[in-house]
Amino acid sequence: MAPYPYAVAGVLFVAGLYGIVSSRNYIHMAVCLTVMQSSTYVTLICVGYLNNGQPPITQGAQPGKPLVDPVVQALTLTDVVVSVVVLALVLALALQAHRRTGSVDPDRLRGMRG
Amino acid sequence: MNTRTRALLFLPLGAALAAFLLWGLAGLPDFGSTQGPYARYLARHATAQRHVTNVPTSIVFDYRALDTLGEELILFTCVMGTALLLRSSREAEEQRPSDRPTSAAQRHLVSLLIPVTVLLGLWTISYGYLTPGGGFQGGVVCGAAALMLWAAGGYRDHRALTPTGLVDAAEGLGAAAYIGLGLAVLAAGHAFLANVLPLGSTGTLASGGTIAVLNWATGLEVSAATVLVFHEFLKEYVQTLPGAAED
Amino acid sequence: MAADLVPLTVAAPLVAAALLAALAQFLPRWVPDLTAIVVAAGVTALGVLLTLASRAHPIVYWFGGWRPAGGTALGIDFVVEPLSASLVALTGLLTTTSLVFSWRYFEEVGHLYHALVLALLAGMAGFALSGDLFNIFVWFELMSVSAYALCGYQIHQSAVVQGAINFTVVNSTGAFTLLLGIVLVYGRTGALNLAEIGEALGSRPPDGLVTVAFTLITTGLLVKAGAVPFHFWLSDAYAVAPAPVGALFTGIMSDLAYHTFARVYWDGFSGALGSASAAVRDGLLALGVASAVIGAVMCLLQADLKRQLAFLTVSHGGVFLAGIALLTPRGLAGATLFVITDGLLKAALFLTFATVVRSLGSGDELALHGRGRTPREALPALIFLCCALGFAALPPFGTFLSAALIHDSPGPGWPFPVLAACLAVTSAAFLRAGARIFLGWGPRHDPLLTSAPGKPGEPGEPGDGEPDHGGGGAARGRTALLIPALALVAAAYATAFVPGVAAEFITASHSFEQPRQTAHQVLTGHLPPSPPSASYTPTPGAWTTAAAATAAALALAAVSLRTPGSRPGRLRRVLVPPAKALKSLHDGEVGDYTLWFTTGLLALGLAWTLTLR
Repeated sequence: MAPYPYAVAGVLFVAGLYGIVSSRNYIHMAVCLTVMQSSTYVTLICVGYLNNGQPPITQGAQPGKPLVDPVVQALTLTDVVVSVVVLALVLALALQAHRRTGSVDPDRLRGMRG
Repeated sequence: MNTRTRALLFLPLGAALAAFLLWGLAGLPDFGSTQGPYARYLARHATAQRHVTNVPTSIVFDYRALDTLGEELILFTCVMGTALLLRSSREAEEQRPSDRPTSAAQRHLVSLLIPVTVLLGLWTISYGYLTPGGGFQGGVVCGAAALMLWAAGGYRDHRALTPTGLVDAAEGLGAAAYIGLGLAVLAAGHAFLANVLPLGSTGTLASGGTIAVLNWATGLEVSAATVLVFHEFLKEYVQTLPGAAED
Repeated sequence: MAADLVPLTVAAPLVAAALLAALAQFLPRWVPDLTAIVVAAGVTALGVLLTLASRAHPIVYWFGGWRPAGGTALGIDFVVEPLSASLVALTGLLTTTSLVFSWRYFEEVGHLYHALVLALLAGMAGFALSGDLFNIFVWFELMSVSAYALCGYQIHQSAVVQGAINFTVVNSTGAFTLLLGIVLVYGRTGALNLAEIGEALGSRPPDGLVTVAFTLITTGLLVKAGAVPFHFWLSDAYAVAPAPVGALFTGIMSDLAYHTFARVYWDGFSGALGSASAAVRDGLLALGVASAVIGAVMCLLQADLKRQLAFLTVSHGGVFLAGIALLTPRGLAGATLFVITDGLLKAALFLTFATVVRSLGSGDELALHGRGRTPREALPALIFLCCALGFAALPPFGTFLSAALIHDSPGPGWPFPVLAACLAVTSAAFLRAGARIFLGWGPRHDPLLTSAPGKPGEPGEPGDGEPDHGGGGAARGRTALLIPALALVAAAYATAFVPGVAAEFITASHSFEQPRQTAHQVLTGHLPPSPPSASYTPTPGAWTTAAAATAAALALAAVSLRTPGSRPGRLRRVLVPPAKALKSLHDGEVGDYTLWFTTGLLALGLAWTLTLR
């Protein structure tokens, strides 16, 4: 069991990056960014897990059992907000790209050269 | 470079990157085996120190309240940014073409669910420092209720019931209240964002001191920000309706 | 006393932004302008005050009053020392100037612009000061998100959409890479505070996790800074940002990422990597010199003024990185002073472009050929000349002093002549552009140069990303618009004559490079001993090299103005194919950029895997 959760994080990161490299659609690209970011959620939550732990809510908690890491949960919350924000901005820009060129294909939006 | 060439070039690079990342990840402690000093300290002492039973909430609004301030302002910036980037469609706003849903079942069922959703959102905010929840989570649920207005009554109802002036003000004031509280505490001679209000008794709504106030300020800001982001994107959608002005 | 003011560096701009958003609909139009200017000026004053107040020892501020318990940091701290504080002052000054310049520049969007600029200001200040690794990521995101939106201001031009998307996607990739590195460090040490991480990583030799985490964090920050090969997005984005925003991007935002990298390295990793510091130095020097060279060459090959300045940012960023990479107090002091003096010049030049674009109707040096030959354009021409000479480290002014510090730093001798040559090349690009625009020298066409995207060089087209102001009122208040730019140039030149400025920066860098002392202060509150005082005067070698750079810049500018038709020139024929090849890499495709990002990340990772022991 031990290394697999971490392996998931590594795979998600590379998969998201592959998606961005090979994307032909800005909306697809936005989703790939989210996939890439989810590798950071997985790592955060995995790093904070404790065998035989319980949720970090002390209301009705069983005495004697340790709580899992509450810090990573707070960090993940921030991470999620960042993800939403980036998604919203890329989608807004994709809409504008569609308006300019009638397409969300990066190849259709050619302006920068050299 | 075309997409296929790029994808092919990426394959060896991606494999090498995966190996590199796994080499680093393998250096982490075994899954579920240990806890660092920061986590251990807070898991053990946070409830006693802050009289709050949801430990992550006490981190979000107290120990690491500055992170949350930044996070809230990131969301605020995103709203300003989407408004800036999508502003060219402003003229469509006056038209407000009707897209009232034709299905009676949809109208009635969603209308029925709206108050339930608002209630769920408010509950998630209010009990955010006792049970799982908090200003961010509850705020998003409340924002979703505004989207359900559109699903139940169409774009006109959605806009009429969430007037932009009011939502704008709520968003700004929510963010300003968070920082303002920190500044007020600073002016009173304590550290910025220090929790100086009475902590109350653990396990009740009257606990946590400033955590409760910051939680509500965040709930307000997040609800309003979510609604405003929906506004911007719905404006785009409305332009595709018959009867809307061509861009 | 000064310590209580630390949180205001971020809280004041943010509360102003929030209140503007809430109340702007009820306020007259000049209120957002005035509020933003006052707040930015306040942050400048705070930066100066904190620079002076932290000279004896750093100021550590714990938010929420959470002091560490038994060596474990509970809250988030800002560590204010003179180098970071002076960069906050620079951020504030450039923001103030750009806001004064943009008074009613963005009529169309009202308070949105001001709220975003204030968020950007707060993001940059927090990014420069924060002593908590995750908090650094939060400020990184705040400044990035506001920058993405500001960059896309003129969204109805397709080059702007493309620039903004490339900016957002590549920067976000960098941000997640940074975050993954931070999480790895947290998993190992259980800490987010930089000082505590430094203690926890200790002086054990680096293993896989430390190598990977350091590579990821470095890469993430270098993407933001725009180091080769992570720089491709930068020229696309900065070239389409409206001038007042572009002045902030090139003046300070990129370079802050280098500074934060320096803090993360010294405070967090220098213990663990101390035995391998030569490997760290060589890796960073390679990236720094590569950025300086490629940025300089690309800068010379552009006709669009904003793109020239974007590549100049890449090139001079490389000089900054190389200065940091020397890992010596003099190198760091020179690098930081360079960021300040060079940042003032870059911002001044960006603002001057905006007035040129407004009055002459184009931002392309070929299209503008000879059109600035009127007495009205004398002031912009003067600013152009001063900035261009400043870029070549003209002795004895501000940029010279900075470059001399890097030159006189102990360490390998080979990088400095290369860096000086790069400074000369970037300077030549602007001397050439200035001579072409304001004197009408040189040919009207040059196949080597890339014109602005869209319709190249058509008169009457506003530059990319600039608001459309119409030709009419252009002349009104033009001199007033140039005063901020002139003030920045004067400040950059005068920096060298502030008594003891070089010595102060060396002293500050010396304590910056004592992370164990700082960590002790952060975690226990014990003040470190006062740093030893330093003294500095540039060596004759520095004078000679800088004078040679200035002369080389003038010569190169003259050569590049020669008419190509008159004599085909073997040199030109040899240079064209590699120049074309280099340009073709900057093709605006975000997929390619991400591929380069992956390559760069792996190359750095591989190099450090083999050398960090």
